[in-house]
Amino acid sequence: MRVGLVCPYSWDVPGGVQQHVGDLAEALMELGHEVSVLTPCDADTELPAHIVSAGRAVPVPYNGSVARLAFGLRTANRVRRWVRDGAFDVLHVHEPTAPSLSLLACWVADGPIVATFHTSNPRSRAMAASAGMLQTALEKVNGSIAVSEAARKTLVEHLGGDAVLIPNGVWTRRYADAEPLPGWPGEGGAIGFLGRMDEPRKGLAVLLEAFNDLGRRRRDLRLLLAGPGDAAEVRARVAPDLRDRVTVLGRVSDTDKARVYRSVDVFCAPNLGGESFGIVLAEAMSAGATVLASDIPAFRHVLRGGAAGELFAVGRARSLAGRAAALLDDPARRAELSRAALRAVRAYDWPAVAADVVRVYETVLPVGAGGPVGAGSGR
Amino acid sequence: MTEALAVVCTLLVLLSVSFYLSWRASRLDRLHTRLETAQAALDAALARRGAVVGELAASGVLGPAASVLLADAAARARRAGERADREVAESNLSRVLRAVLAETGAAADGGDLLAETYAAARHVHIARRFHNDTVTAIHTARSSRLVGALHLAGHARLPAYFEMDDEPPAPLDQHWPDLPGEGGNER
Repeated sequence: MRVGLVCPYSWDVPGGVQQHVGDLAEALMELGHEVSVLTPCDADTELPAHIVSAGRAVPVPYNGSVARLAFGLRTANRVRRWVRDGAFDVLHVHEPTAPSLSLLACWVADGPIVATFHTSNPRSRAMAASAGMLQTALEKVNGSIAVSEAARKTLVEHLGGDAVLIPNGVWTRRYADAEPLPGWPGEGGAIGFLGRMDEPRKGLAVLLEAFNDLGRRRRDLRLLLAGPGDAAEVRARVAPDLRDRVTVLGRVSDTDKARVYRSVDVFCAPNLGGESFGIVLAEAMSAGATVLASDIPAFRHVLRGGAAGELFAVGRARSLAGRAAALLDDPARRAELSRAALRAVRAYDWPAVAADVVRVYETVLPVGAGGPVGAGSGR
Repeated sequence: MTEALAVVCTLLVLLSVSFYLSWRASRLDRLHTRLETAQAALDAALARRGAVVGELAASGVLGPAASVLLADAAARARRAGERADREVAESNLSRVLRAVLAETGAAADGGDLLAETYAAARHVHIARRFHNDTVTAIHTARSSRLVGALHLAGHARLPAYFEMDDEPPAPLDQHWPDLPGEGGNER
């Protein structure tokens, strides 16, 4: 199948949607499909053969912040040319509600179109205000995908459409064979955390409070923290006599991320909410980590209601400490959860997720007939 | 002079109104084409699921009792004619499939056939959601007073939702190949 993917955000800036589109393209190619990705990108960025630049994204104020987007008629012409030259069986646009390439692609293309909705924002003023205009473009979309139940709800509430749920993917094999960091997890046990340390919703404070209690009762227990944030400020929140048992790695590379998951006895995700999927959790599960996560709906779902990882009461350091202590004392239980996590996470492995996306493509292709996606005048 | 201007203005207004109306009509037309595709995809997905379930029943990998249940549900779904009967029969097939796979799936061989059954059920779920989403889009477009008053939708009937239980069976762990390096001791 020839698939055209459209990404609305600049390829040279890291972001969830860009990552998703890049991974999906790779997974589809592994399954034997031909893929071309159209995305805004700065001129001097080197791109692989299957990524096509639609020109520079321009910073403009949108939806309360400054976003880098590609719009305008010249860009629309580039999109039209790419659609025409690509002769795609199906066009797959991402985040078509953003006023950028994906919306333009919906506007100019004729033929089977699939759209993926990433945002979960129950109160998007921009989306509410532009619903009428968006509806015209989205009428051409044959089938929609939402990456989370929250994203689907946003779509239903703002635009009155519906979507099938296909979660984000993880390259599980990239985490499966990582080596632990030297000296970890060690004899006395280790608990790990990965995420923005300065973002309260990631819940690091809950873990630190639990460690202040656990660390006193377990003489050699260590804490391994990774992610962007101020290390000194984090240490200051730990009791002085425990500080030398806290290792703060700061921001880590993708390779080291995989190693962090394998360096600890218990990987903790103490988020207070707001996660629509929990990619960190899926990565940790791919590495075979024993997961201890707060009982928010997204985590409960990924962990199969607690069968593939332990859950504790959201925001409760006592509950976290209790569960962590039980896990640290029970290697058999940890091994059991690790195996269950490896099994459960296969549903989120990119090849499996991409196969589900292909089912969506098959559904929107006209039965029996077909022909490539065309590029009309746009209306 | 003013008369000529008035005539030109009137013509311009008429022209833009007719452009707008034809644009609205072509949007509706496109939606109806989209519905035809979605309807065909849903019919194909249901037919495919029926065929795969029939094969699963015939293979006997799930044992004789489950096979009878599956074959019966698939046959009823195939024979149902009226839309309302179809909705009930296809929903029953979904329920039987879920019940049978939850009950005996873990012990069964025939992983390929089970994976195919899961994929077919998932196809039904996707196709029905897209069909009903298209129906919603048409209802919204046709609810406008302009479209109603000017009969822009022509004689096309207002489409109905396809109501059914389309929840696919839970993807069993056994459907996935074993990871290399993971011991089989948990089986």
